Amino acid sequence: MKLPFEHIQAAHCENGVTTNLLRHIGIEQISEPLAFGIGSGLFFIYLPFLKINHGPAFAFRTMPGMIFRRTCRALGIPVVRRKFRSPARAEAYLNECLQRGQPVGCQVGVYYLSYFPKAFRFHFNAHNLVVYGRDNGSYLISDPVMEQPTSLSAYELQRVRFAKGPLAPRGQVYYPRPAGPLPPERIRQAIRKGIARNVRDMLYIPGPIAGVAGIAYTGKKIKKWRDKLGLKRAGLYLAQLVRMQEEIGTGGGGFRFIYAAFLQQAHQYHPQDELLHISEQFTRAGDLWRSAAVQAAGIYKGRLSSQADFNQMGDYLLEIAQVEKQAFRALAKVKW
Amino acid sequence: MKKDHIPQDPSPLDHFTRELTYALDEQGRYTTGLSRGWEVKASALGVAWEDIQARIANAKAQVLAGEASPLLFFMELRLMDVGIVAAYTGFWKWQVKRHLKPRVFRRLPDKKLARYAELFEVSIEELKQMA
Repeated sequence: MKLPFEHIQAAHCENGVTTNLLRHIGIEQISEPLAFGIGSGLFFIYLPFLKINHGPAFAFRTMPGMIFRRTCRALGIPVVRRKFRSPARAEAYLNECLQRGQPVGCQVGVYYLSYFPKAFRFHFNAHNLVVYGRDNGSYLISDPVMEQPTSLSAYELQRVRFAKGPLAPRGQVYYPRPAGPLPPERIRQAIRKGIARNVRDMLYIPGPIAGVAGIAYTGKKIKKWRDKLGLKRAGLYLAQLVRMQEEIGTGGGGFRFIYAAFLQQAHQYHPQDELLHISEQFTRAGDLWRSAAVQAAGIYKGRLSSQADFNQMGDYLLEIAQVEKQAFRALAKVKW
Repeated sequence: MKKDHIPQDPSPLDHFTRELTYALDEQGRYTTGLSRGWEVKASALGVAWEDIQARIANAKAQVLAGEASPLLFFMELRLMDVGIVAAYTGFWKWQVKRHLKPRVFRRLPDKKLARYAELFEVSIEELKQMA
């Protein structure tokens, strides 16, 4: 059994699952950048005390699950979401959904995800994919980060749905329910709301480690890493930063390019020309993030090792913080 | 980033997929392109794996020196930490930490060892021998 479901590749898994499941219920206007922007996806946080693979955690996007939830809510689309204790029940529920023609989004862990290359299989539990059918006992999988759909055996799927550790998926499935046509006015509203919430998250979140303040904070810390951690560990931390920023699913530049694309698309719904100008600022931020990554690579590959190199690395982040601060301030001032 | 600047370097993504990247076209409008990989992040991943290999070797040395039980070796080999091992096996974290001591590990009944062996996908004998 194969449901009529179109696999469209996306940069990021959750954006892709959201847009592809929305298309399935007849909503074709929501592109990946629109879903990302309406879901207020852009973020930054540095969590020095939370260790992932023995390094600090960084995130360039909002919490897993939020983009799907916020986008659907802002568009007035009801959502079904279930978690399970029992793997058998989780599988039965999935089969029942497929039986009535409903493709479902699943949260999975990547460590046991057999079609991923081994180099990418860490204990990361917030990957998303769509199950859209069954064929000879194996499940048909649309993984949005891949060019082509793939498949998993029942055992493999159950294993990744019940991966353990931080952010354990607990068999979580979700999908949007059909909600009738989507008037452009509702999309316009959703865009305004998504931008306002993103301004709040990036400019006004309390504490020093998140938002644009968090970028500057990280920049200042990086300058001290050489003395505090030594070259080897400092290099490892920087490699971790680059991976979170550029590894599969960010669309490049730590999601900044997707956000810039979102603002261009938002301009098609809102005639304010500032949006195009602010989009350019986010492109600049994304380009700076990529230049910073090149600098970081110089350090973790051992080509750069002086304190001046670390200072320059930190200065990149301070400059990015300035650019993004101004961009979000400009967004806050847009007259809708 | 301009579309013709999307990097196309050899990467661990080869034979798996190319990834979708957002970039600007000639008119300054956003479009998407596929990227084979970027050397900068391929080497970041390489650095992470070198560290893992070093941790595994270090764990092995500690086990051979009698400073830790074989559990440490398999934990590093499977990229796990005490929290993840506890979550999969159903032990408490403090139990896993205790089992990292060779003296405690040596006295564990097969029933408990089996839970670790299953997680690490080895036999109980291999678990004990660090094979």
